[in-house]
Amino acid sequence: MSNLLFLPLIIPLATAVACLLAWQHRSLQRVISLIGAVFLLLAAAVLLVTVQQEGVLSVQAGGWSAPFGITLVADLFSALMVCVAGGMGLVVAIYALADTEAEYERLGYHPLMQVLMLGVCGSFLTGDLFNLYVWFETMLIASFVLLALGGKRAQMEGAIKYVVLNLIASALFLAAVGILYGVAGTLNMADLARMLRESESSGPIPVIAILFFIAFGIKAAVFPLFFWLPASYHTAPMAVTTIFSALLTKVGVYALIRIFTLIFFVELAAWQPYILAIAGLTMVIGVLGAVAQDEMRRLLSFHIVSQIGYLIMGLGLLTPLALGGAIFFMVHVIAAKSALFLATGMVLRLTGTTELKKLGGLYRHQPLLAGLFLVAALALAGIPPLSGFWAKLALVWSGLESGNHYLIVAVALLVSLLTLFSMTKIWAAAFWKEAVVKGATDTLPPLSRRVFWKMAVPTALLTATTVLIGLWPEPLYALCMDAARQLLLPNAYIFAVLGVQP
Amino acid sequence: MSSIILSTTIRLLLPLLLLFSVFLLLRGHNEPGGGFVGGLVAAAAISLYALAEGVEAAHRILIVNPRQLIAGGLLTALGSGIIPLFLGRPFQSGLWLPHSLPVLGHVGTPLLFDLGVYLLVAGMALLIVLSLMEEE
Repeated sequence: MSNLLFLPLIIPLATAVACLLAWQHRSLQRVISLIGAVFLLLAAAVLLVTVQQEGVLSVQAGGWSAPFGITLVADLFSALMVCVAGGMGLVVAIYALADTEAEYERLGYHPLMQVLMLGVCGSFLTGDLFNLYVWFETMLIASFVLLALGGKRAQMEGAIKYVVLNLIASALFLAAVGILYGVAGTLNMADLARMLRESESSGPIPVIAILFFIAFGIKAAVFPLFFWLPASYHTAPMAVTTIFSALLTKVGVYALIRIFTLIFFVELAAWQPYILAIAGLTMVIGVLGAVAQDEMRRLLSFHIVSQIGYLIMGLGLLTPLALGGAIFFMVHVIAAKSALFLATGMVLRLTGTTELKKLGGLYRHQPLLAGLFLVAALALAGIPPLSGFWAKLALVWSGLESGNHYLIVAVALLVSLLTLFSMTKIWAAAFWKEAVVKGATDTLPPLSRRVFWKMAVPTALLTATTVLIGLWPEPLYALCMDAARQLLLPNAYIFAVLGVQP
Repeated sequence: MSSIILSTTIRLLLPLLLLFSVFLLLRGHNEPGGGFVGGLVAAAAISLYALAEGVEAAHRILIVNPRQLIAGGLLTALGSGIIPLFLGRPFQSGLWLPHSLPVLGHVGTPLLFDLGVYLLVAGMALLIVLSLMEEE
């Protein structure tokens, strides 16, 4: 039964191999990667249901027992994230059927995307810090190549910034892992939790915790280490940008939440004000950057940074409600932001530009697309009854409940307002205002019907998800709260891995 | 470009180097060696051949495309991990044949995994080297 945990790793790897074997046949590769994405989502869904019914699952690769072997663990948080990743993989695989250029596919887009999914699922499921490093590298190497594929000049510029910053983060991460191993003598996360979670914060442990915070902070794009993200994300093709924005920074946030609630809990509690300050600054700087932008992809990239601030806020408040809210927010923002990117991809495909100054009047031409974009934009801003409202409500509520965090609550609400402003600006400029050249959009060459639906269906699926979560939040909300309780009381996690009560 | 000394030597060296790479692969379980080093030695042998006789000739003696070597290697390694699943053991458990074979010694799924690494590393190194040589 616990071999189920291996499936989210075996499926993308097997799909990547099958795509490599079918190197010469592009249409075969498309079919293979679509089938792989469907199976990954199914396996992830089964995993989530199993974890819900049976509690935390753990398995040792090769059967070598816990602190020495290669451990995989799935609690509710990681199973939920694998499920979301599987869903995004499928949605983007459908979108890529219409959006990916032949040149990209010839250079190996499909196998690379599968390796990226392998790294993402591995990062979510691993129970060992060194393995986490290896999965991060798997994911990053695939993302480096995806970003630079094709080798256009603007792409190389973005890719170099991305590579350099992420390599620095990896070096810090590896250094932290090495020092921690020297201090604790183990890298198994459950074993580390047993040793360090309750003990006095002393000696090199806070330094190690800071190194981990910086390393994951760069990958998650928190203030002041976010600048690589808006500089590089907008250069890649839309399907790639979407999967990056949906999963890569979220893996960084996942690692932050996992490591700090499980291992460095004492430090986390002690640094609460600083973490909240970082969260607030990330939100504000991100949204201010977005307000100043006039190009849709850059604008949305800054919003990624701003939304990361809310997730860090959940970590900083450190109540079950706040952590549950952060997990809920993560699911919401992945759906809403990806819908916005996919819709932007359709705008690019229709008009050939994403410059707000050159766009306009698309509403008359494409009412469906305008509607999808508007719903996703309002969800991101947190307008009830869409998904963003409940996510922000949980965070704000827990901030008010704890009594002395009024400042961060005020900042969060102000940033919501600015997000709404920025979203209405982008929607009005691209869809609502008069076309810059009168009648220009009437003469646009229409997309062929097949291309249009291959792009519109994934966008609509994501938008429908945000509406559905918004109208019927209870099941997901209950799941997130259970996940948060597991994070704050990791006895079940430790027992599942080591077989002993802490 | 073509040097008679190099092309005469490589004819003698190529089988020796390939044999040595297999030797490294087999002894890797408990002693220095293994699939990674073996694969690099094999790739070095073929690259040397490509230097002496040209890229076309190297592709001819390889028979398969380096990319297929990579895919085959990944498939072999993945297969070695999946076999134990059918016997109800965790992924990547080491399973061994009950008797040791002549020459090969004790054979099991770890050797299969190493063979996968060998093919993958050889394929990857050759893909890089041969693509760079073709570009000139």
